[in-house]
Order: sequence, then structure tokens, then C-alpha cells
Amino acid sequence: MKSNGNSINFSQGLKQKGGIIANGIVKNNPVFRLVLGTCPTLAVTSGAVNGMGMGLAATFVLVCSNILVSLLRKVIPDKVRIPAYVLIIATFVTLVQMILQKFIPALYESLGIYLPLIVVNCIILARAEAFASTNKVLDSALDGLGMGLGFTASLMLIGLIREFLGAGTLFYGELAGLQMGVKIAAFESVSMNIFILPAGGFLVFGILMAVINAISDYARKRKEEKEKKQIALIESAEAQQRISEAFGGASEKNGVNEVNEDVKTESGVELKNAAEGGND
Amino acid sequence: MSKYLVSSSPHITSGKTTKNIMLDVIIALMPAVIAMVAIYGLYPLMITLISVGTCVLSEFLFNKIRKKEQSINDLSAVVTGIILALNLPPVVPIYVPVVGGVFAIVIVKMLFGGIGRNFANPAITARIFLMLAWTSVMTKFVLPVDWSTAGGAGLVSYFYEAFGSTFPSLPDAVTGATPLASVKSAFEAGLNPANGINFLDMFLGRIGGSAGEVSAIAILIGGIYLLIRRVIDWKIPTIYIGTTVLFTAIFYANSGYVGEYILSYLLGGGLLFGAFFMATDYATSPNTNVAVIIYSVGLGFLTVLIRRFSSMNEGVSYAILLMNVVTPLLDKIKVRPFGTLAKTPKDVIDEIKLKREEKKRAKAEKDAEASEGGVNG
Repeated sequence: MKSNGNSINFSQGLKQKGGIIANGIVKNNPVFRLVLGTCPTLAVTSGAVNGMGMGLAATFVLVCSNILVSLLRKVIPDKVRIPAYVLIIATFVTLVQMILQKFIPALYESLGIYLPLIVVNCIILARAEAFASTNKVLDSALDGLGMGLGFTASLMLIGLIREFLGAGTLFYGELAGLQMGVKIAAFESVSMNIFILPAGGFLVFGILMAVINAISDYARKRKEEKEKKQIALIESAEAQQRISEAFGGASEKNGVNEVNEDVKTESGVELKNAAEGGND
Repeated sequence: MSKYLVSSSPHITSGKTTKNIMLDVIIALMPAVIAMVAIYGLYPLMITLISVGTCVLSEFLFNKIRKKEQSINDLSAVVTGIILALNLPPVVPIYVPVVGGVFAIVIVKMLFGGIGRNFANPAITARIFLMLAWTSVMTKFVLPVDWSTAGGAGLVSYFYEAFGSTFPSLPDAVTGATPLASVKSAFEAGLNPANGINFLDMFLGRIGGSAGEVSAIAILIGGIYLLIRRVIDWKIPTIYIGTTVLFTAIFYANSGYVGEYILSYLLGGGLLFGAFFMATDYATSPNTNVAVIIYSVGLGFLTVLIRRFSSMNEGVSYAILLMNVVTPLLDKIKVRPFGTLAKTPKDVIDEIKLKREEKKRAKAEKDAEASEGGVNG
């Protein structure tokens, strides 16, 4: 056991770190689960490329600010922590803004006011406040990465749907001098302009949220049912065991019954063991 | 022994069910549908049938998928479908009523809980959705069929327009400006808005416009039927139309053609149709008298405001949607409960005096507390 300890710790640690990233992307997705940063979500997702640009810019700021906040978490006095966080975030946002303006001016133009507004993006402030200020540096960086990727993925999903319905294009746009995406000529003529407008953003956002809630509800129900079934199986197996123990003498007379019960008991015990193992 | 029946309230029932009311509305819509066929031929009738079919089917499927009690029998989806189709331009591609019907029923009505729980009128919201989605399609109004030259072929002449040249040579459809559009350009040029408009044509519906909204007389017949059957509250259409006239007179007071503006605003757009059939929707209009008056005045004011000052020609649908959204707030206005005594002016004065005294007392107590605190400190 002791010799194995290190490797177990290592793999568990890896699992935990992976869990922090996955937490941001799926379980606590900032857009659909925490409902943070709704303003940029609705404003910049008129196309998938815009959404991706915004998401990646926010991810960069999120990782950097999380690292710095986590490093300084014992230095920053509690009373002035919010201004301190904002200052840290603003530093990185200015950096991102300057980099984008120099290297991807088209994206810089189309993101417009929402780029400097990353400073007050509540995902970044919320993660600094809720996670980075109480966790170690590596964990905070991973949390920032997970949340940022979750944000990016959500923005791209909304952007993709809005772009397709609203303009008949997929991933259309120019990124760093590269022309990318496809225009679907058949859809272009019947594309519904409303999905490019803010109203369409709200529509797609709301419907996606409903779909995601429905899926997670369904998954939770299935999990609960499975657990219930397992518990019921174990209980019935236990009951069978008790019965067979209590009437052990009587069942000897009835050969067929005895065999059946034995089978059941065995499977029940196995199940129970399996369940206990799982719990450990 | 069974002479006296014991039951819980309500003790008075009437034959008014949702289905009966909806049936009345459908009957009231029939003149407008007939007028539509008489003005534009059979094409808009086909659009109406597609719209009704889509609405009923999407409600049916929604209930099936969500495993809810089937509600298509109350006919409300049929009413939504007809009203939506009458709100569209006479010649639209087939996908327009299909998408509109699905949007009206699934998103505006069923997602919010079905009949009676929708926050806005499904048909009007779908119309606005379509307007923003396919603006060029939704603002392309054809002129009425000229029966003297087209004859019987006029019935199907707009199929030609919609499906291309697969039909034999028929009179080409002409796209025309609606009266409201010409009013707007006339106002900008400072001309008489009645130029080129015949008010008898407007009254009968021989003008460009949405398929079911053009014929004022057909809508009035339907509206009066609804009023006689007491399906709708007379206050909403009356005050709405009255306020529209009033604000038109105010906003155009120094244009020199007040009467012409009023007449073209009354007959030229969707005002009458909106006032009788869409603003009066039970679920999205308020219940108490005070609230109904504010609601209707707001409708009239917003309609004229949008028509006069915005870039759009028509403001009825936006006005109704906006007032629909305000309705829950209007319903919060407190009214005197039935059976309580009315307040006399003396009561009101007494109440104010009482409140003032209470305030004084509270202030005195606060001061006393503050001074005590000072002593302690």
C-alpha cells in the first residue's frame, strides 16, 4: 500500500485538476449554468468568429487574473479586494486590447466596446472572488482555463446558431488575415435577419438554456432512478437472505425453491459488494 | 330529502366556454376572410389554411411531446392561425406562415404555459418576428386584383406571382404603396395625404395592405358581432380608436389636413383589426376598468407616436405588444373591492391627517431614541 501511495496520489491529483477544468466547461458552465456574463454573451454572438474571439480574449484575461489574484491572495487586504481585483483585471484587459488592435484589427473593430468591458465581465470578477482568492495558484489557473473555455464554447455555440439562422453562413469571417467559414447560398436568401438582431440573441439564449436544463434534468432523473433500482435490488437481496436464513430448515424440504433462492442470494450479495466498493 | 342541492360556488354558470368564445371569434373573422378573397383572390386563403394548419399541428405536437393534456379542441390555435394570416401581406412565400405559426404557438404561447398564460398576443408577436426576420418580404404589398380586366382568372393571379412563370400568362401583380406609406411621404413633402387615395376604396378595402386588414367594413361587421355577443369588452376598441383620432389631431394639428390624416389613419392600416381582434385578447388585456382605460389610451398614443415619428409606417403591432407587456403591471392597480363603501372627500382628508399624525409620532419617537442614545454614548 505505501509503495503505491505516490502514484495513486498523482493520478488522483491529475483527476482533480482535470475536474477543475471540466467543472468550468460543463458542470458550472459560466453562461448556461452560472448565468454570468450575459451582456457580452448576447452582444457579441452575432457570429461564431466574434464569439470565439471574445471567448478567447476573456479566457486569457481570466487565466492571468486568476493567477495574479491567487498569488496576491494573502497580501490584498479584505476591505479593498474588489478595487484590487479590478485593477489586476484591467491591466490584462488593456494588454489584450492592445494585442488585438495590433494583430487582428478586424476582430478588434467588431468586438468594439465589449472588449474593454471585459474589465467588468462578472465571470472574471466572480472567479477571482469565489475561487482564486481562496485557492492555490495552479488550481486557480486551471479554473480560469476551464471557465474561459466554457465561456468560449457557449459563445461559439450561440454564435453559430445565430449566424446560420440569421445570415445563412457558418463560421464566416476573417480572422488574422485568414478568410474562413462557408456561405450557404440556398439559406442566404431565406435567412431570418432577426437572429442577427439583439432579439434573436435573447431567443437563442433562452431556448438553448431550456434545452440544456431539460437534458440535465433528464440525466439527473436517470441517475436517481438507477440508484433507486440498485438500492431496491440490494434491499430485496438482503430480505431474501434473511428469509432463507430464518426458514433455512423449512426450505430444505423444498428443493426447487432452495436452488432459486440460493442463486438470488448470491447475486444479491455480489451486487451489494459491488455497491459498497463503489461507495468506497 | 334531495330537495336542496348542496354544492360549492360558483352557483351561476353560463354556456360560455373557451371553445364557444373562440367559435364566435372565428365567425367574426369570416367577413374579413371573405373580403380578403374578394380583394386578392384565392392565394391569401391558401396562406390562411397553411397558417391555421401549422398552428394546430404545432400545438398538437407540443402537447404530445411534453405529455400534456391535448388542448387543440378549444380552437384557440385556429383563431391564432387566422389572425396571423390576416396580418401578413397578401402574397408571401409559403414558409412565412409556417415559421410564423410555429413561433406563435410554440414560443409565444406554449412555452409560457399555453392558453391564458401567454404574456403577449401570439399572432401579433409572430407578425413582429416575421417582420424583423424577412423585412423585405413582409413589406411587399401587392395591389388588389382588378376584376374588370382579370375576370375569373383574377382568383388565381397571385399564384403566378408566388410560384414564378409556371402559370399561363396572367396580369402581372403590381406592388403598391400602402395608404400609410403614402401618408408618410405626403407628410414629409407637406402635401395633402388624401391625394390619390379614395376613401370609399379604403372603407371597402380596395387598397394595398395586410391581407385581412384592408377592408374596414368587413372588420366592423365582425367587431360589431363580437360586441353584440359580448365576447369582447366595448371599452378597449372604442377608447383605442378614439385616442388614436385624438392624438392624430394633436400631432398633425398644424399640418392643415387634420381630417384627411385622421381618416387615413383610421382606415389605412391595421388599426381597426388590431382594436377589435388583437388588443382585446383576454389573456393579454387588463381586467379592471381603470387599467383598461390606461391600456387603451396607451395603445392609441403609441400607435400614433410610432406612425408619426418612427421610420416605420405602421405602429399597431408594436403598440399592442408593448401594452401587452405592461398589462400585468396595470392589473396591480388596486380598485375598491365590490361591496365596500365609496370614499367621501372627508374620508380622504381624514386619512391624510391620520397619516401625518403617525409620521409626526414616528419622528418624535425617533428623536427621543436618538437623544437617549446620545446620553448613553
